[in-house]
Amino acid sequence: MNLFAQAIAWLTDPANQGGPDGIWTRSLEHVWYTVIAVVLACLVAIPLGYLVGHTGRGRGLVVVSSGAARALPSLGVVTVAGLILGIGLTAPMIALILLAIPSILAGAYAGLEAIDRQTIDAARAVGMSEWQILTRVEMPLGLPLLLGGVRSAVLQVVATATLAAYVGSGGLGRPMFLGLKTQDYAQMLAASLVVVVLALVLEGAFELIERLAQRRFAPVPSTST
Amino acid sequence: MKSRFDLSPPVRWLRAAAVVVAGLLALTACSTANPLTSATPSAGSSSAPATLVVGSQQYYSNEIIAELYAQALEAKGFKITRQFQIGQREVYLPELIAGKVDVFPEYSGNLLQYLDKAATAKSGAEVMAALPDALPDGLRILGAAEATDQDSYNVTKEFAAKHGLVSIEDLAKVGGAIKVGANSEFAKRPYGPIGLKGVYGLDVSVISIDDSGGPLTVKALKDGKIQLADIYSADPSIATNEFVTLTDPKNLILPQNVVPVVSAKVDTTAAAIIDKVSAELSTAELVGLNAISVKDQSSSAVIAKAWLTAKGLL
Repeated sequence: MNLFAQAIAWLTDPANQGGPDGIWTRSLEHVWYTVIAVVLACLVAIPLGYLVGHTGRGRGLVVVSSGAARALPSLGVVTVAGLILGIGLTAPMIALILLAIPSILAGAYAGLEAIDRQTIDAARAVGMSEWQILTRVEMPLGLPLLLGGVRSAVLQVVATATLAAYVGSGGLGRPMFLGLKTQDYAQMLAASLVVVVLALVLEGAFELIERLAQRRFAPVPSTST
Repeated sequence: MKSRFDLSPPVRWLRAAAVVVAGLLALTACSTANPLTSATPSAGSSSAPATLVVGSQQYYSNEIIAELYAQALEAKGFKITRQFQIGQREVYLPELIAGKVDVFPEYSGNLLQYLDKAATAKSGAEVMAALPDALPDGLRILGAAEATDQDSYNVTKEFAAKHGLVSIEDLAKVGGAIKVGANSEFAKRPYGPIGLKGVYGLDVSVISIDDSGGPLTVKALKDGKIQLADIYSADPSIATNEFVTLTDPKNLILPQNVVPVVSAKVDTTAAAIIDKVSAELSTAELVGLNAISVKDQSSSAVIAKAWLTAKGLL
């Protein structure tokens, strides 16, 4: 039996499914951490991205700092944050939020920047306030790119949330680390497969959401592009 | 721009399906052979009989001990090839059996448990007595050092004083849920929660902190996020933080004396040199060596040279 078959066997074994250390609990924790991290990152990144995209100011600073944030090694952030704040969920959350912010931020400001200037000028010409331009013109038109940014953030976070187990917070990293350390590679691969499946399911969900958004807010085809 | 929205749905689904299929193919291709245990040996040449290969685990303290053996042997005219940082027992023990590594610092209890899963030895002497028979042909152990480097249960000084803790047994007096911080594999180890329950009747919950009793574990213990921490006994942080190591009267944790495993190529002259190093190596000395590594970040070669010089072994 090869390792892949052993991993499937590990997953289908009821002993590994239930209980506080079972794959279901760990998967729920994992999804929960992903949701918290992405939502918190959205709260920071979307307003900031809209501010930059609407005003056109501070773009350089945002590009540079979010590029730098992308380069941070997540395990390093978890360790450093853990040494300052102690073990628990806070340290991995900081790492995951830092990981998620750049994509969402880029999606938010790029979505606004990509809008045809004539559309915004027209909105201003009919007497819309800046707030109305943002909420009624820019936000709907920028939505597809923003969703793309959130989608890539979700993918990165769901794959990296395994690090929560490094500081005792569970998630799918728990069976993964345990498998690695006890040479139970079937278990390690099984946990990895669950992460892969979660990522694919989330991808599918975002594909649907993006399609709905596209249908709802599709820009009128213009001849200039 | 937005090219991804220009693709018609069937094309996009085809592309997605192709990606998934390619991924699955890659997975099945990988898994036909276990890539993680089939490490290919890469030891030095074994032509010259005077050349001995010294190996070490991927653990800084183990590398320092290997460096002690290597330099002591070099000082007496042996040619040494270093094969350090070989990783775990599953990888390096086959290398030793294949004759590609000649000298390796080992830990008595873990080595016995690896070689003989049914071993019943508990005390240090019993372990040492059982080892020669458990070792495969062609390998033998030399005398063990007094130094041990083993899992140990530690509490803060304040916690020990408050509850009057000396041994693991005393933890029963604490009451309530005790949280143990340790590597994730601890949950499955015989000296872990299963052993604490079976041998001492203690109920504990495990908080996995995967830095092998490193700074994150130390901080968690100091913060009170855990009450008990599994830290290697030769880790200098135990003394630095004034942690109290609980004694183990019922021998739950197998003693891990530092013991050199050697091949037939190690003659009596070489064995005598290694024995002299082991004779000087007490736990306090080992903690001292580790402390230099942790504090000064010196290389194992520098640390070993200074120690051997001080002991007159060079």
